[in-house]
Amino acid sequence: MSDIREVLKERILVLDGAMGTMLQAYKFTEEDFRGERFKDYPTPLQGNNDLLSITQPEAIKTIHGKYFEAGADIVETNTFSGTTIAMADYQMEDLVYELNYQSAKIAKEVADEFTAKEPHKPRFVAGSMGPTNRTASMSPDVNDPGYRAVTFDELRIAYKQQAEALVDGGVDILLVETVFDTLNAKAALFAIEQVKEERGIDIPIMLSGTITDASGRTLSGQTAEAFLISVSHIPLLTIGFNCALGANLLQPHLEAIANKTEFGISAHPNAGLPNAFGEYDESPEEMGEQIEEYLKKNLINIIGGCCGTSPEHIRVIANIAAKYKPRTVIQNEVKNLIN
Amino acid sequence: MKLSGLEPLVLNENSNFINVGERTNVAGSRKFLRLIKEEKFDEALDIARHQVDGGAQIIDINFDDGLIDGKEAMVKFLNLIAAEPDICRVPIMIDSSKWEIIEAGLQVVQGKCVVNSISLKEGEDKFIWEATQIKRYGAAVIVMAFDEIGQADNYERRIEIAKRSYDILVNKVGFPSEDIIFDLNIFPVATGMEEHRRNAIDFIEATRWVRENLENVSVSGGVSNVSFSFRGNNGVREAMHSVFLYHAIQNGMNMGIVNPTMLEVYDDIPKDLLEHVEDVILDRRDDATERLLEFAETVKGSKAEKTVDLSWRENALQDRITHALVKGIDAFIIEDIEQARQEAEKPIDVIEGHLMIGMNVVGDLFGAGKMFLPQVVKSARVMKKAVAYLNPFIEAEKTDKSEPVGKILMATVKGDVHDIGKNIVSVVLACNNYEIVDLGVMVPPEKIIETAISERVDAIGLSGLITPSLDEMVYLAKEMQRQNFELPLLIGGATTSKAHTAVKIDTQYKNAVVHVNDASRAVTVVGDLLNKKSSSAYVAELKKNYDEFRTKFLKRGKEKSYISIHEARQRKYTIDWDTSEIVKPKAMGVQVLKQLSLKELLPFIDWSPFFRSWDLHGKYPDILKDDVVGEQAVQLFNDAQEMVQHIIAKQLLKPKAVFGLFEANTINDDDISVQKKGEEIAVFRTLRQQLKKREGIPNIALADFIAPKHSGKTDYVGAFCVGVFGAQELADSYREKEDDYNAIMVQAIADRFAEAFAEYLHKDVRTKHWGYAENEDLSNADLIKESYKGIRPAPGYPACPDHLEKETIWDLLEVEKLIGVTLTESLAMWPAAAVSGYYFANPEAKYFGLGKITDDQLTDYAVRKGISKEKARKWLHPNLAE
Repeated sequence: MSDIREVLKERILVLDGAMGTMLQAYKFTEEDFRGERFKDYPTPLQGNNDLLSITQPEAIKTIHGKYFEAGADIVETNTFSGTTIAMADYQMEDLVYELNYQSAKIAKEVADEFTAKEPHKPRFVAGSMGPTNRTASMSPDVNDPGYRAVTFDELRIAYKQQAEALVDGGVDILLVETVFDTLNAKAALFAIEQVKEERGIDIPIMLSGTITDASGRTLSGQTAEAFLISVSHIPLLTIGFNCALGANLLQPHLEAIANKTEFGISAHPNAGLPNAFGEYDESPEEMGEQIEEYLKKNLINIIGGCCGTSPEHIRVIANIAAKYKPRTVIQNEVKNLIN
Repeated sequence: MKLSGLEPLVLNENSNFINVGERTNVAGSRKFLRLIKEEKFDEALDIARHQVDGGAQIIDINFDDGLIDGKEAMVKFLNLIAAEPDICRVPIMIDSSKWEIIEAGLQVVQGKCVVNSISLKEGEDKFIWEATQIKRYGAAVIVMAFDEIGQADNYERRIEIAKRSYDILVNKVGFPSEDIIFDLNIFPVATGMEEHRRNAIDFIEATRWVRENLENVSVSGGVSNVSFSFRGNNGVREAMHSVFLYHAIQNGMNMGIVNPTMLEVYDDIPKDLLEHVEDVILDRRDDATERLLEFAETVKGSKAEKTVDLSWRENALQDRITHALVKGIDAFIIEDIEQARQEAEKPIDVIEGHLMIGMNVVGDLFGAGKMFLPQVVKSARVMKKAVAYLNPFIEAEKTDKSEPVGKILMATVKGDVHDIGKNIVSVVLACNNYEIVDLGVMVPPEKIIETAISERVDAIGLSGLITPSLDEMVYLAKEMQRQNFELPLLIGGATTSKAHTAVKIDTQYKNAVVHVNDASRAVTVVGDLLNKKSSSAYVAELKKNYDEFRTKFLKRGKEKSYISIHEARQRKYTIDWDTSEIVKPKAMGVQVLKQLSLKELLPFIDWSPFFRSWDLHGKYPDILKDDVVGEQAVQLFNDAQEMVQHIIAKQLLKPKAVFGLFEANTINDDDISVQKKGEEIAVFRTLRQQLKKREGIPNIALADFIAPKHSGKTDYVGAFCVGVFGAQELADSYREKEDDYNAIMVQAIADRFAEAFAEYLHKDVRTKHWGYAENEDLSNADLIKESYKGIRPAPGYPACPDHLEKETIWDLLEVEKLIGVTLTESLAMWPAAAVSGYYFANPEAKYFGLGKITDDQLTDYAVRKGISKEKARKWLHPNLAE
């Protein structure tokens, strides 16, 4: 097994594209989501994409395979909502361990197949840990700004459970992503540190925030640099941004953090902004051009796609990435900036 | 170092000094403290906003105060701040001496905070553990120069502790060195004490050493401490701050708490002042302090308070009298009053004229927060002395006495003996020209009613400290209603509250009921109540206010649910009796201690409550340096020390104690059977928490800390009572001399001695008589923080609120016979300066609050105790869930 930290020094790694967009093509019905096992489950299950790792594992495997085929080095597990907090919507809190474990396991199986075929290009699995549907530093009730729908400890416990299951399932990396509230991310990092300590492992962590609008701030109000500072206490493989914006709008924020950290930089933007129908329509070539801008500026260590991206997008991105060297971090420069 | 709020704050070689705002610190701002106590979080947020607008780059937030639930307040305030982008754009400094508060704070802030502070004070293990957690939460940390031995107060100790802390943090914890900030302790200079001479220069030199030798760290501190000895002379203080900062910053201090309004521009300091100040700060001459003191007299804004200044004696007569009253100086008052009497037409005119003019000034200053309670009581002493001198002349003229503006009946209710607060309010009212009818302590309601009628008083003030007194007050209110009284009723004392007054007393009496727990408010409240023109409007407003408060209070009660006593017992606190170490006491049975000298108790005194009893709020010794009340606190403290020395020299107070250690086992879940040679000699009945809790959190009763009979182990329990005798007599002797200041002082000191004695005795029991902690080595500060093993809960307090249990202790230890402390009908102890309780030795024993219990436990308790349910209900009333 190659160490991703070593591989990362040699080349830009490519992360996969959207899972949700790919699944839409299957047009799964309520029955498909339920499968045999959840036939009589009391709540509607259509839309619970994470569940498909159990009820439609072949579809998930196929999608992972398509991304690897297109040139991705890393695929994300199908576990974006795999916490007790997010699964509460489907009353599936008790299933969280199994969902994460199975998702990790099938992604790893596909990765191992490709690594065996192409040993010069080892494939990796990143365990996806989404933001949950609650925020720890904002109140959902405008009339009661001091109220919180979730606490740090509740998040920490939920994330710990998810991380343990993903690690048990064999992931190579944990990816805390689409962070819109830094405090949620800090709870996730705290949980991962506990898992690392308890198991005596040193699994790499990728952290990816999301900047939602033109204000250039996270949903919880932080600037890109403040966000970076708030999560830099934990050694990260990469830090970066994903989702919300297309590749071109993401660039200034990547620049804002790239020369201020000794961590790697990652980006997995959407295929542009959604159009009037809520669809992402930036073509692979258009997106590729934007991304080439990043690479020319030597900003990136890991690049991929988020909403609206397909294996075609990833193929174009992978081809471009192969032409460029990864961003290098000169530690002393950073040290000087710190002091 | 990099920190963040919504925006980054990056500290590097090129950064200017980082200014930390500390007005959002209850110890630093009296106003902030008050707002938090009153739950006025909106206004508290304004203070935070004001700080940030004013240029604070970090805001320090602290809720360490005995009367605040620090954890709850921290979480609430930080959550509210998170919704204010103009405040939370800067990083937060979470400031507390309690780890649980720090951790609660770290869990609600998204940015990278600073924790203020940790230290080696309680050893490496705790230090390492806290630092590890802080690292994982992603915060920077202030490390105090403090270790197991104490606070660093010279150059060598500062660098020794800093080096050791740094090595542990960097090498053992892996803490990022750039996230370490040292607070190297800024102490006052020019105090006149030889050992303080190098305080500033040692700090500055240690700062230099730390910045040169400990890579990447920062150095911080609270600057105003350095000029502490020049309180009142802002001109000199401002220069001292600037000089100190100038040199400290040059040597590497890069952040700190500085009040920008108390800072002179270094270059603008006049040359001669600068020279004198630098002599002191840099310790350049042996006579630097004397020279600066002398020079300070000439500095603009100086009050020249360091020498006895008699220039005021040259002023006009009225000015002299006013000055004497405001300053509380009684040395010349007779002489001045005699002159006034000779000049006046009638002696009464002196009271109504000269003295009232002076007292009005006192009242105005007090009302404006520019004078503090101890000063006012001293003013009253001068006033009383003057009136006493005039009285014979007035009598001789046989004219009517000065018509008081009102007559107030004051009493501590039946069964209660605590009267410090009542005496303070009486004095304050008296010096505002109210006539006080003081019925003293343990006054039965019939006597209050009867006296109110016969003396035709204008208002009744009731005071009490123990919980049964609350019911007495309710009873009296009912009685007043029944007899169609119209007088206003004032409620005060330590256990009373606006909530209790509004919910339980106000509803019983259709006329005015006011809760007054602050002597400074008493005057205005009584004034408004007795003002013939406006009182009815005021009373109506008051009634409305209490009604609204009541409605809000009853609504706000967080939805709490309770479990049955049966279920609570299933969830008891479990100790593994097979492994738990039980130590057999070295000396079983009852012992008496009468020969102890007060001197030995001195180190055990916790002074913070002493200041509280004078309405000065803050923690000792920090309160002595408090910006607002510091000066008064120092004065009061000096007077207290003088009184303590006097009491010790003349042996005016007599401490006595009795305690006993016995075999014991828990029986029937909640009872503790106390045995002697296998025979039951008493049973302690304990109460169990019934609040519904999270899974895994037990419902505790004190009985859980003693091995149950069925465990087969013999366990042990103790009980004690300490009393300090002689305070009442001594206080009375001062009162006869019209000296209320010292009378109150004596009582407050006696209370401190009683608490100190309880602490002393507990230590003696732990280390000698019982001997389960023979090797204990705790500082007095640790004792006050109760960081020892084992507990000494007292009946009537949160873990065991039933006062009736005192009777069991009294029988078991023969308290009355052996040392003479008695119980009143409300089960208050007499003398009032007394403490009684149990001893539990198990290392897992801890203090807790019983909280509310439900009817099933009440019934069960009454049966176990062999009393009627009505009696049980009466005594446990405050603990019954509605």
